[in-house]
Amino acid sequence: MSIALEHVNYVYSPGTAYEKHALKDVSLEIAQGQFVGIIGHTGSGKSTLIQHLNGLMKATSGKVLYDGQNIYDEGYDMKRLRSQVGLVFQYPEYQLFEEDVLRDVCFGPKNQGLSAEECEKCAREALDLVGFPEKYYRQSPFELSGGQKRRVAIAGILAMHPKVLVLDEPTAGLDPKGRDEILDQIEHLHRETGMTVILVSHSMEDIANYVERIIVMNRGEKMLDGVPKEVFSHYKELEKVGLAAPQVTYVMHDLKERGFQVSTDATTIGEAADEIMRSFHD
Amino acid sequence: MIRDITIGQYYPAESPIHRLDPRVKIVCTLLFLVSLFIQNSLPGYVIATIFLGCVISMSRVPVKYIVKGLKPIVILLMFTVVMNLFLTRGGDTLVHFWIFTITEEGLRTSVFMAVRLIYLVMGSSIMTFTTSPNGLTDGLEKLLRPLNKINVPVHEVAMMMSIALRFIPILLEETDKIMKAQIARGADFESGNIIQRAKAMTPILVPLFVSAFRRANDLAMAMEARCYNGGEGRTKMKPLRYKAQDRWAYVITVIYMIVIFAVGRFVPFKLWIF
Repeated sequence: MSIALEHVNYVYSPGTAYEKHALKDVSLEIAQGQFVGIIGHTGSGKSTLIQHLNGLMKATSGKVLYDGQNIYDEGYDMKRLRSQVGLVFQYPEYQLFEEDVLRDVCFGPKNQGLSAEECEKCAREALDLVGFPEKYYRQSPFELSGGQKRRVAIAGILAMHPKVLVLDEPTAGLDPKGRDEILDQIEHLHRETGMTVILVSHSMEDIANYVERIIVMNRGEKMLDGVPKEVFSHYKELEKVGLAAPQVTYVMHDLKERGFQVSTDATTIGEAADEIMRSFHD
Repeated sequence: MIRDITIGQYYPAESPIHRLDPRVKIVCTLLFLVSLFIQNSLPGYVIATIFLGCVISMSRVPVKYIVKGLKPIVILLMFTVVMNLFLTRGGDTLVHFWIFTITEEGLRTSVFMAVRLIYLVMGSSIMTFTTSPNGLTDGLEKLLRPLNKINVPVHEVAMMMSIALRFIPILLEETDKIMKAQIARGADFESGNIIQRAKAMTPILVPLFVSAFRRANDLAMAMEARCYNGGEGRTKMKPLRYKAQDRWAYVITVIYMIVIFAVGRFVPFKLWIF
């Protein structure tokens, strides 16, 4: 179940003063089971990009292939695609509408045509996966805290059993504790279910610890694509487009410059600490 | 999809019309609307068309954009045309079929009514396309200032209007976002009968209302934090002042009014040939 984009272009409001070339000739392939981070500055086209993955936006030109099939083909089952590629929007809590949490999470499975019992089963499983406490199942979603609302919204997508989970800035507006909790939960999900996870963010720090591949977007173009170590080795270029490598990258580079025998590959604090200890023992 | 709605929106561009004082645009738009109703003859409409055409081409707003603004009135337009076509009687009968009769007068009225409605919307769209919401409010406030003497809260009304205008695109964008989010959850807004469709709107309307209230609350808070307390003693950073171009705009519009009035009055009514 791989997703591939081939030479995708997207232009907003063509022919008016608001015309904007949001995606420029983007090609990429994401294999099943990967944990990918898409990173870019505000307006770099990352949100536009992910809306192409489940056919919410139609590329001005180019192809989007899901499982080898072009989703723009006549008669392609978009509904099926959308239940396989689950998309969690930015501030997903703003889409909650039901009277209680459980019913809101049931909305997705219900649209898939499942029976009431099956819906509830899916909903309970999904809420459990995101670590939402059972005692609040019957509460109004509007009375929950920000972090809890977000869990409910993410569960609303998970209840549809997607094969690919796309999250647009899932940590925006959360405090550091809520942020870490959500990210840990997502990583846990990825490990448990083996689904493809695509995480969109503008913070390197956030995703460096979790993902196995980073795609950097800049002004609608794919700028870098590779494993975190490789992407962070271009930290000078990243700075030029208003992004930054994680702070440990800078620490390691500084240490090396001052004559310490450390490798600059470390991307997480843990790795950095090990590397520094190693250099002292040698 | 929903973002295609352009009525009442500002279209940024560099043009003589954009640079005019908002008061001029409001008054002249009103005069233009009046002009559509004080005459009802072919020459009158020709003059109105020329005038509107000149203004549109000067404004540098794409015609496509203005035509798009007509979309919301299509149903009203069709209704008017059909009603006038079949119900107005007079002159020779052109078509007679079962209970339907189309007369010369009916055809005339329905065509003129349609043109009138279209020009009405186009004329007022040109004003909103070329005037920023802030400009519009400032202009309106200054024009209506005399009403303050009879205790009409002019500033408040103007402020409410500008907020309402400003929120149209915000709420449209919000609707678009919520719709997409629900489509991503498998919602279906396009199939089913009218009741099913109305029911399918709940997942959009509830979050939309919640968000509208939240935004209203935030805005009120932000205004209060900046010590906003109404129009009393409030000064402007850029006070409105008439310039030469504004006087010319008035002169041209008044000449247009006189011409169209004269034409409606003195040119023989029936220049319409069937």
